[in-house]
Amino acid sequence: MHFQLTDDQRALRAGVRQLLEGRFGRDALRAAVDGSERQGGPALDRELWRELGEAGFFALRLPEKEGGVGLGLPEAVLAFEEAGRVLLPGPLVATELAAATVPGAAAGTTVVTRAEGPLVAWLDAADVVLGDVAGARPVRSVDPLTPLHRVPFEPRPSPPADTAAHDPAGVLLTAAEQLGSAARSCELAVQHARQREQFGRPIGSFQAVKHLCAQMLVRTETARAAVYAAAVTGDPLEAAGARLLADEAAVRGARDCLQVCGGMGFTWESDVHLHLKRAWLRTELGPSAAASEEALAAAL
Amino acid sequence: MDLEYSEEEEEFRSRLREWLGKVLPGLPPKPDPTDWPGRRAYDLGWQRMLYDAGYAGLHWPVDAGGRGATPTQHLIYLEETERAGAPYVGANFVGLLHAGPTIAAEGTEEQRRRWLPPVLRGDEVWCQGFSEPDAGSDLAALRTRAVRDGDHYVVTGSKIWTSHAEVADWCELLVRTDPSAPKHRGISWLAMPMDAPGITVRPLRTLAGSTEFAEVFLDDVRIPVANRVGAENDGWRVTMVTLSFERGTAFVGEVVACRRTLGRLAARARENGRWDDAVLRRRLGRLSAEFTALWRLTQWNVSEAQATGGVPGTGGSVFKLRYSHARQELYDTAAEVLGPDALDLGEEWTADRLSSLSYTIAAGTSQIQQNIVAERVLGLPKGR
Repeated sequence: MHFQLTDDQRALRAGVRQLLEGRFGRDALRAAVDGSERQGGPALDRELWRELGEAGFFALRLPEKEGGVGLGLPEAVLAFEEAGRVLLPGPLVATELAAATVPGAAAGTTVVTRAEGPLVAWLDAADVVLGDVAGARPVRSVDPLTPLHRVPFEPRPSPPADTAAHDPAGVLLTAAEQLGSAARSCELAVQHARQREQFGRPIGSFQAVKHLCAQMLVRTETARAAVYAAAVTGDPLEAAGARLLADEAAVRGARDCLQVCGGMGFTWESDVHLHLKRAWLRTELGPSAAASEEALAAAL
Repeated sequence: MDLEYSEEEEEFRSRLREWLGKVLPGLPPKPDPTDWPGRRAYDLGWQRMLYDAGYAGLHWPVDAGGRGATPTQHLIYLEETERAGAPYVGANFVGLLHAGPTIAAEGTEEQRRRWLPPVLRGDEVWCQGFSEPDAGSDLAALRTRAVRDGDHYVVTGSKIWTSHAEVADWCELLVRTDPSAPKHRGISWLAMPMDAPGITVRPLRTLAGSTEFAEVFLDDVRIPVANRVGAENDGWRVTMVTLSFERGTAFVGEVVACRRTLGRLAARARENGRWDDAVLRRRLGRLSAEFTALWRLTQWNVSEAQATGGVPGTGGSVFKLRYSHARQELYDTAAEVLGPDALDLGEEWTADRLSSLSYTIAAGTSQIQQNIVAERVLGLPKGR
């Protein structure tokens, strides 16, 4: 047993991080938010999308003989964790899942989205839309970097069997983005707590603040073990469970980060709300938390 | 990144499993929890069986008489013994997990020869004299005094939360040898024979009704200077070696047991009708995710320890914070499954629920653990 990243996996993660920090660093993130404000919604950066395609971001799991990188779900999870860290916009998971079936998806020339329950992200920008989106109407998305459509209400799938049969890849790639966001929220909180001084000392020296930060790390690292393990086993139930922990780590992490950052955390110019809003959004994609919990309980 | 056990590891597992299947049916009946001499004999008997079969001190270094097993083999051992329902480490806990490893790491050759083999063979029991009434989370504030008198220390003070004190042969004792030094620098580590004159042991009754702990009063107890492990006043550093061992793998068996308990809780809820409550079902489902994650986190930490040469990392604090809370959550949920029966001490989970209350306090409170994580992992400044 070696449940640690291999050297190749570390190198892959470092490579993706470098690519994303260079191509979608903080300035690019804020420029995208400002652009979204000006134009009444975010634009999909097609050039960035093609660059991701060229770098193999969408083709990590595609066999080499089909033009892919020939790696597995653990590697894809590591790449999507990095995407979550920098809040990379776009229907990343839907496009990755379509890499083998939709021409151009792997190369980043075709943007794919899919209806996930009552919501569809990036409907207008996508080249290919999977699933039933008849009657979709635009909503004013809470996340400035994810346009949303609402599909006429239909109850989300809840029978346990559905979740068990669900392809764990989509669930896990979304969970990986949550994990990256949770880790980043923790870093932002710690950075702030070390620099911000009140009562003549850094607020990170106060236990009340320390404990918030420590719990952020505990949730992140527990979710990390769960997400990575589910990526290794590919077990749908384990993926459903890992996703619950990753959702919690991302949402609670962003909330606590906001609390640690105080008034600054409540401003538009802080990145905290971007993490929180995207984390909220990701929890609504795929099977509901209730369905996952029911499926896990049924298997006991 | 993989979760597959190697051929060698699987062979280790199957040999162990086979041995457990052979010897466990022949074990004597478990002693009554209040029968301390009986518990000592039972736990030492089990240790002797492990010794004879070559499983004693599995994770100890070979030159200390151990087997030098890898962290993964140790994990397999803890997993399999729990699954098979083998006896817990019990009275051997301090010897095998605290005092022994400390002596192995810091003791002289003579000290290792004197104290380690009896621990491995199941001949001697150790207890721990660290905490004091006024030194709990702030352990370094301990005040038990040791004054040099020729080739002896004369020790006066009191210790608390000492498990197995009534039946121990030795106590790993922290004493203050230099009251004028900064608090971390004036401490020494002594091996105290529990039959020395001046020692009074008083059982301490916990809220669970049991006497798992004791207070130990020391009144001019004479301990040979030769029983000091490490240099005089270097006891704090010597002790930290011990504590990191405690946080490494102490809860592996328990996580396995908790996962099994969860399955039995679900069965009980299906029987008594509580399963119809969707809120309770979902809570059980979430706990299932929780304990699977804790098992994976254990495997992660063990793999990390193996990669770094067996040094327990800071992952131990992260694990303990999450696990101690999850364990309490598990038994609170058990109470929901039981409904009014949760008030019946005859239900097995009622006692477990009571004892789970100590988990966020013992071996470093959750608040202290959060300080450790914040300062040592996240690099936040020290403060108060």
